[in-house]
Amino acid sequence: MTSVTTAHSVVEPSATTRRFAGSLVVLYAVITMIPLVWIMLTAFKSPDDAISYPPKVMFKPSLEGFCNLFTTRSRQTPEFIRSLGPPQGLCDSIARERNMVVAGPSNYVPRFVNSLIIAFGSTVLAVALGTLSAYGFSRFRVPLKDDLLFFILSTRMMPPIAVAIPIYLMYRTIGLSDTRLGMILLYTSVNVSLAVWLLKGFIDEIPREYEEAAMIDGYTRFQAFVKVVLPQATTGIAATAIFCLIFAWNEYAFAVLLTSGNAQTAPPFIPIIIGEGGQDWPAVAAGTTLFLVPIVVFTVLLRKHLLRGITFGAVRK
Amino acid sequence: MAEVEINAVSKAFGKTQAVSDLSLTIGDGEFVALLGPTGAGKTTALRLIAGLERPDSGSIRIDGRDVTGDAPADRDVAFVFQQYSLYPHLTVFENMAFALRAPTRRLPEADIRAKVQEVARLLHIETKLDNKATHLSGGQMQRVAIGRALVRSPSIYLMDEPLSSLDAKLRGELRLELKRIQVDLGATILYVTHDQTEAMTMASRIGVIEAGRLMQIGSPREIYENPINAHVAARLGQPTINLLPAALFAGMPAGAETIGARTEHLTIARGGGDVSATVKRVEHLGDQSHLHLDLGGRSVVTLADPEAGLGAGDVVSLRLNKPLFFDAKGGRVAA
Repeated sequence: MTSVTTAHSVVEPSATTRRFAGSLVVLYAVITMIPLVWIMLTAFKSPDDAISYPPKVMFKPSLEGFCNLFTTRSRQTPEFIRSLGPPQGLCDSIARERNMVVAGPSNYVPRFVNSLIIAFGSTVLAVALGTLSAYGFSRFRVPLKDDLLFFILSTRMMPPIAVAIPIYLMYRTIGLSDTRLGMILLYTSVNVSLAVWLLKGFIDEIPREYEEAAMIDGYTRFQAFVKVVLPQATTGIAATAIFCLIFAWNEYAFAVLLTSGNAQTAPPFIPIIIGEGGQDWPAVAAGTTLFLVPIVVFTVLLRKHLLRGITFGAVRK
Repeated sequence: MAEVEINAVSKAFGKTQAVSDLSLTIGDGEFVALLGPTGAGKTTALRLIAGLERPDSGSIRIDGRDVTGDAPADRDVAFVFQQYSLYPHLTVFENMAFALRAPTRRLPEADIRAKVQEVARLLHIETKLDNKATHLSGGQMQRVAIGRALVRSPSIYLMDEPLSSLDAKLRGELRLELKRIQVDLGATILYVTHDQTEAMTMASRIGVIEAGRLMQIGSPREIYENPINAHVAARLGQPTINLLPAALFAGMPAGAETIGARTEHLTIARGGGDVSATVKRVEHLGDQSHLHLDLGGRSVVTLADPEAGLGAGDVVSLRLNKPLFFDAKGGRVAA
């Protein structure tokens, strides 16, 4: 009889299967990462390297893209540039090599700040409203509950842009066009349906006995919700928040239509950069690279809440 | 601790009548067990008293105060759930302190610590206080669940089959402990169970509940010896009471359709009894044996001395010894 070195259950995949599955995942990850990596590389190229053919993988890194992203420049005669004093910082010296001077900051930072405020604001609002209504749908006898839930879901059955014109007219009439509040409300209304459905699933799984025990122990229903339900729903809330944030952060069509000078977000702004001084792909790539950072940070921060199974086992089923 | 009075309470869920016209008074310091099968309305009765359900009719008074419409938090009751329901995000200490930290109480932290430690010692979980509630064995979790109720001094403890998810040995141990604690604290407890041993050993009175109705309430001895109908008789006793057609025996009282014969009502002899029966099977349990008999096509189970040396196929004779009599509807008929 041969000796068994590793005991493993029949439902567990074998080592070969695991290696095969693992290499598929790695392959998929590599394919999806290539465009991102290319954008990040382009951000550090010079404009000439960015459009060279064949494409350059090895190149001399440059911060010109970031300089062009954060500044506006004006073209000057070489005589005028020579008449100026020493360059003011790195970006100024890069600009002067191209016979330009830095005229002032670009709109990237204000647009980025708009994006942060609108995306995080609408995420907080959508998750808060979603959690409360999901709790209501999960725990109370709501008249026409199934129909209401279907109605909420049905708001996602058409592309949001299908209602763009009514929303545009409505916003213009009530003065919400090109305001951060208007964009927050818009993204909240799109996301809240997703939040209700996702969170209802999570809250349904939390046994009612927890709240009942808390209510008998001297807490009101709302206090029980805060003390007992919310801590156990963190996994669901974190996952929902990430989905809502990604939508609001990346949304382009409504942002183009409804915002301009005041509340414009980064997505409609980034493509405009290319027009300011020719084929400035490095600046676009730099804007895109920085644009990824908040989502990555947010996802990494919430990552541990996304692991399921932490709360399992306290109630026997 | 206080008296709890349930007066003609009914509750239906849709078309299902969970509790019908339930009246019950639990005296101060009394341990009352509600005994009945699954779905009999035992848990609903507890939830009505706790305020987790509103009765359709009837009233509930705790310590003389009508609490029928009050929120659970305002009733001063403690509840031990069947499925532990420990908060998984809190430690054992935090679980037990949860009720004491309620906004309505706001006890000083030092008092909370002292109280939790006192109860933890009582339940032998004082070394587990810093553990996450989920990192405990089933028995320990159930102790914490009981401890969470014991840290308070409510009017009444409501316990919903708190021992049912434990293994037999642990259940036996906790049963004794729970009774000891109840006596020590003088606690008023309404305890719901489908386990007759728990009801018989712990309760000062047992209420037998069936299809939402309270059939009979009395001391364990009363319920066992003097059941008002065949349902109640079948609830208590191990092995279960044998219900046999009266026609099998001669000289039965008028109106008696069914004879209820527990083990102690049957005398087995090798010959010379009222009727004869054939041994089908003998189950040896160690100190005693279950004897399965065939009596005119009816199955009869009784206890026998393991020394009797009976085996399958043996013919024995049975003599009835003051059995119980029931009429066609299952009601009791006097002997």
